[in-house]
Amino acid sequence: MKSYLPPRFAIHRRDDRCIRCQVCVRQCSFGAQAYDAEDDVVVGYDERCVACHRCVVFCPTQALTITRSPLEYRDNFNWRPEAIEDVIKQSETGGMLLTGMGNDKPFPIYWDRLLLNASQVTNPSIDPLREPMELRTYLGRKPDRVEVRGQTGGGNGSVTLKTQIAPQVATEVPMLFSALSYGAVSLNVHESLARAAHEAGTLFNTGEGGLHPKLYRYGENTIVQVASGRFGVHPEYLKVARIIEIKIGQGAKPGIGGHLPGEKVSEDVAGTRMIPTGTDALSPAPHHDIYSIEDLSQLIYALKEATHYEKPVSVKIAAVHNSAAIASGMVRAGADIIALDGLRGATGAAPKVIRDNVGIPIELAIASVDTRLRQEGIRNQASLIAAGGFRGSADIIKAIALGADAVYIGTAALVALGCTVCQQCHTGRCAWGICTTDPALSKRVNPEIGTRRLVNLLRGWALEIKDMLGGMGINALESLRGNRDHLRGIGLTDSELEVLGVRLAGT
Amino acid sequence: MVNAPVVIDATGLHYSELNRSLREAILAGQRHVEVRNVHGQRYIGTNLAGPVRLEIVGTPGNDLGAFMDGPTIVVHGNAQDGCANTMNDGQIVVHGRAGDIAGLSARGGKIFIRDSVGYRVGIHMKEYQGKRPCLVVGGTAQDFLGEYMAGGVLVVLGLELQEGEPHRARFIGTGMHGGVIYLRGQVEQHQLGREVGVADLDADDRATLEGLVSEFCRHFDRDEGEILAGRFVKLFPLYLRPYGRLYAY
Repeated sequence: MKSYLPPRFAIHRRDDRCIRCQVCVRQCSFGAQAYDAEDDVVVGYDERCVACHRCVVFCPTQALTITRSPLEYRDNFNWRPEAIEDVIKQSETGGMLLTGMGNDKPFPIYWDRLLLNASQVTNPSIDPLREPMELRTYLGRKPDRVEVRGQTGGGNGSVTLKTQIAPQVATEVPMLFSALSYGAVSLNVHESLARAAHEAGTLFNTGEGGLHPKLYRYGENTIVQVASGRFGVHPEYLKVARIIEIKIGQGAKPGIGGHLPGEKVSEDVAGTRMIPTGTDALSPAPHHDIYSIEDLSQLIYALKEATHYEKPVSVKIAAVHNSAAIASGMVRAGADIIALDGLRGATGAAPKVIRDNVGIPIELAIASVDTRLRQEGIRNQASLIAAGGFRGSADIIKAIALGADAVYIGTAALVALGCTVCQQCHTGRCAWGICTTDPALSKRVNPEIGTRRLVNLLRGWALEIKDMLGGMGINALESLRGNRDHLRGIGLTDSELEVLGVRLAGT
Repeated sequence: MVNAPVVIDATGLHYSELNRSLREAILAGQRHVEVRNVHGQRYIGTNLAGPVRLEIVGTPGNDLGAFMDGPTIVVHGNAQDGCANTMNDGQIVVHGRAGDIAGLSARGGKIFIRDSVGYRVGIHMKEYQGKRPCLVVGGTAQDFLGEYMAGGVLVVLGLELQEGEPHRARFIGTGMHGGVIYLRGQVEQHQLGREVGVADLDADDRATLEGLVSEFCRHFDRDEGEILAGRFVKLFPLYLRPYGRLYAY
């Protein structure tokens, strides 16, 4: 069938600069560049270009530019090019549109409507260059009160803790790497994340595809996921982890399961997931042992029993309309950590209609969950990790002021490794070697360099967070948690301000 | 003494206390433990590994042997829901019935249930290299038997059915994309999921089935010849990728 899809992008090559080295031909995994030996020219196939910039970055003579296709449609606010092209794709295939990364639609980004405070005169700011600033974060259930044995104040000082403290996990920065499964991303990506987490004193998350034995040595910096497919879940996997996370949902595709296509299930992926090579790895939409909060509690305690109550158990859900009530149930069910993944959370593959239309922005979800748990007097019983599209340290510090204990960063970490958010993850042809299990493409991420880039990113953000904290006159991140007095809203309606629990700038 | 069973009285014990005493007994070198007066305690055996034998007298609660890696559990009574959930290795023998989702996501080990089972039994069982979970049900099963099955062997003997009485389960093997189900007795096409094919057993199937039935009969003192004389059908996945054609790129 002749495809009616027009090219999305145009490849421009300056012939005076092109030296026919064919780097672009070798780098393009989508087949958009080819060399014609007869005429000694490199030709571009615009219709295959995804604007991933791989050729542009690697062209030694800067001969390449990629632009939007100059092809115009007649203006129509309803029938915009995306809507037309989606219909074309579906009429040619009869399938659900699949896509990658997070929601790309212009929903409000509340981070851009929130402003931070700073100290002036009355409460001096702190200079982070000269004074210690504390970003250390403890994840896990906190007790309602602390009791001690022995005499406090004077005496021989033999005071011991009477209250039994639930397991706590310390991270040096409030940023953790989001769940990215091996199989969706390559082993080199997993290794980069694991090593960076180890070096920076934080955690990475295996996602639901198991943990390659090569990475067991980073267990102290690992969150292992137990999802509906139970891939790679076995006693050793649970034992090696620092935190166990039950994955209920994901911001990019709330309410649905996942299919890792057989093509991506290589021998190594199969071994880690503990399934036969080349078979589809199907994660059903629900866990078939969880149909209620009581059932969730059952799995939480099964995992706690299986690991001798030594590890916090996290439960990850997508931020949806009634997240606050669900979160309350989760805490009461025994979750030590609640991970909330918002509307802009990304994925290796999801139906486009789900990614773009289901869930709520993480900003509103953090605020409503934190508020609800406080109202019920159970906020201390679980840590809150927020996820879904954090772009920089400003988003993160605002999330913490709104009520999050820490954040998961996924897309930003991949961007550090080379990702340009071209949304082709679902094709398995990632030219940057990230979202693929193709051995040749996977080599494009060098774990050594990947680790450096990730550690640099975390360091840069940590420095910025300290600077912003110091400006507010705060020397420990703990003092900012849920401290919404340090936020003001701009350009928001009264109801938005009410949900966010934030006052209008100027008041 | 390591060989004589040590006895734990579970009366009034919370599951975490019960599991702790079990673990302590095993760490002290016991290889054979009998737990009496079990009244619904969950997760029994979940944190145990290795060649240990556990006899349970009473009614163990949900998630019996969840994530278990090696031990043998014999239940003198009924098991509830989630028995052998995500089990990696080991054996569970139930002298009674079992509830819903027995064998959920199990990757290895063997499960023998003397009587009938509840809904969604064997759901998403998988197999990997040398690991192939086997679940044998003496009676019959409820709906969604073997749903989403990705590997392993599921045998349903229908011994509680009267002559000519069909199995009642519907949506058998819905979403099945691996493994095999051997069903003794009558089942109609409309009871099967769309992804399931029906065939007669070949020699390899017979050998697998006979081995499992023989083990079943040893556990529960039944007549192997009589069971094997019944009519069996083999249910298998028609497609290895049942959901491969859902998407547009």
